[in-house]
Amino acid sequence: MQYLLLIYGDEKNWETMSEETAASMIAEYRSFSKDIQASGNLRGGDALQPVHTATTVRVRDGKTTTTDGPFAETREQLGGYYLIEAKDLDEAVKIAARIPDARLGCIEIRPIMVYS
Amino acid sequence: MQSVAAIEAVFRVERARVLATTIRVTNGDFDLAEEMVQEAFAAALSRWPLEGTPDEPRAWLTSVARNKAVDTIRRRIKLREIVAAEEPNDATVDLATLAVTDDRLRLIFTCCHPALAREAQVALTLRTLCGLTTDEIARAFLASPTTMAQRLVRAKSKIKEARIPYEIPEASELPERTDAVMSVVYLVFNEGYAATGGDSWLRRDLCREAIRLARILVELTDGAEAKGLLALMLLHDSRRDARTDANGDLVLLEDQDRSTWDRAQIDEALALVPPALRGGPSAYALQAAIAALHAQAQRAADTDWPQIAALFGELHRRAPTPVIALNHAVAIAMARGPEAGLPLIDGLSKELGEYHLFHAARADLLRRLGKTKQAIAAYRSALAHVGSEPERRFLQRRLAELTD
Repeated sequence: MQYLLLIYGDEKNWETMSEETAASMIAEYRSFSKDIQASGNLRGGDALQPVHTATTVRVRDGKTTTTDGPFAETREQLGGYYLIEAKDLDEAVKIAARIPDARLGCIEIRPIMVYS
Repeated sequence: MQSVAAIEAVFRVERARVLATTIRVTNGDFDLAEEMVQEAFAAALSRWPLEGTPDEPRAWLTSVARNKAVDTIRRRIKLREIVAAEEPNDATVDLATLAVTDDRLRLIFTCCHPALAREAQVALTLRTLCGLTTDEIARAFLASPTTMAQRLVRAKSKIKEARIPYEIPEASELPERTDAVMSVVYLVFNEGYAATGGDSWLRRDLCREAIRLARILVELTDGAEAKGLLALMLLHDSRRDARTDANGDLVLLEDQDRSTWDRAQIDEALALVPPALRGGPSAYALQAAIAALHAQAQRAADTDWPQIAALFGELHRRAPTPVIALNHAVAIAMARGPEAGLPLIDGLSKELGEYHLFHAARADLLRRLGKTKQAIAAYRSALAHVGSEPERRFLQRRLAELTD
């Protein structure tokens, strides 16, 4: 069973954090990613560029409109994701809780839809 | 020859266990399991009157529901195999591992999984473990049947799609998860006990179901905390007939006709209190011990208030909430006199200024101290914040007594 772990947080957290803290967070991310790769849970994952680089596209009545930024103003932005394989939701929750940003923002766990 | 009513009675008793085992077979698919259990019941209705009731009705129902579920799952897999021959067959059911154990505990933990919203936990528990219909649950919680049906559909779909495990949590998580289950059970009870509006028959049913769930928890976990919860609910529920008078008006504990208290239920609860209090008593056990002291007093005047005050003090040490502090202060006033309790209550005005029972408790102590003018003002404040009609009538009666 696959789950997408969406990492949400206030981007300001990262902007305002000291260099040492940021370095230790990154190191923590590396070792976490390595761990879940070794345990066979990791299927994919990336960090995203900040939300000011985002572009939103909509097609209405065949007409494409492109706007700057995300579709809604929120305090917490999507900053990255992991795609994992887990036995069930409890295992997914345990893995999500180990993501360093879970302590600053939150992790949304979404089961991947299976077509049958 | 077995009557339909007798078969229905068997079904009511056994339904939760049969369903719990069937859900294990269907791999957490609640809907499929419910359908299969319903079919097993239909089979019983047509066969038992002719063949006689089986020696072990539960085993019979479980095996019929289980076989039907296995057949259905196999059919589905076959269908899928025809559609996509290469798809891995991950839903094979190993019949040998399906011992008919008591799966109700798994069911409780799954229904009360923290990934489900609290309202969904309650609705799902009442639906699957207690067998209440969607309409009944909707009426009990004053929600529309459509809303309730939707809530149940969403919860079941989340269990299936997000794969909420159908398992007893591992030891490290067990205390926290058991707490969640117990708070759902207590919430069901309070919904039936505290509210005075709505369908009174249904409310009584909720209390009964909560007690039944707590009995299952005690039976399956043998935990001190579950015993405390069961004792607490049995004791509160034992006073159900004495709590209101013929007009539906509230009767205070001290004015209740104690001969109408359910003695058998009190005795059952009193036996549970000592084991519940053993080894670092839980909040439920402490509350049960308080309720037990009330239950043991032959007359209101015999109540052991110093002991009750001590128990509230202990409760407050664990959960320092203003409402527990208020109860502690009231018990102290009862034990040592209103002048000892009043300053303690006054100290809570900031936190509890919006709470009608804070004003009502203050008013009562002021009245006892003969400070009529202040008591009248306090009753008026209580009336300004009260929500339920019987409580409003009670406060108005008290106020009228003072202003006469």
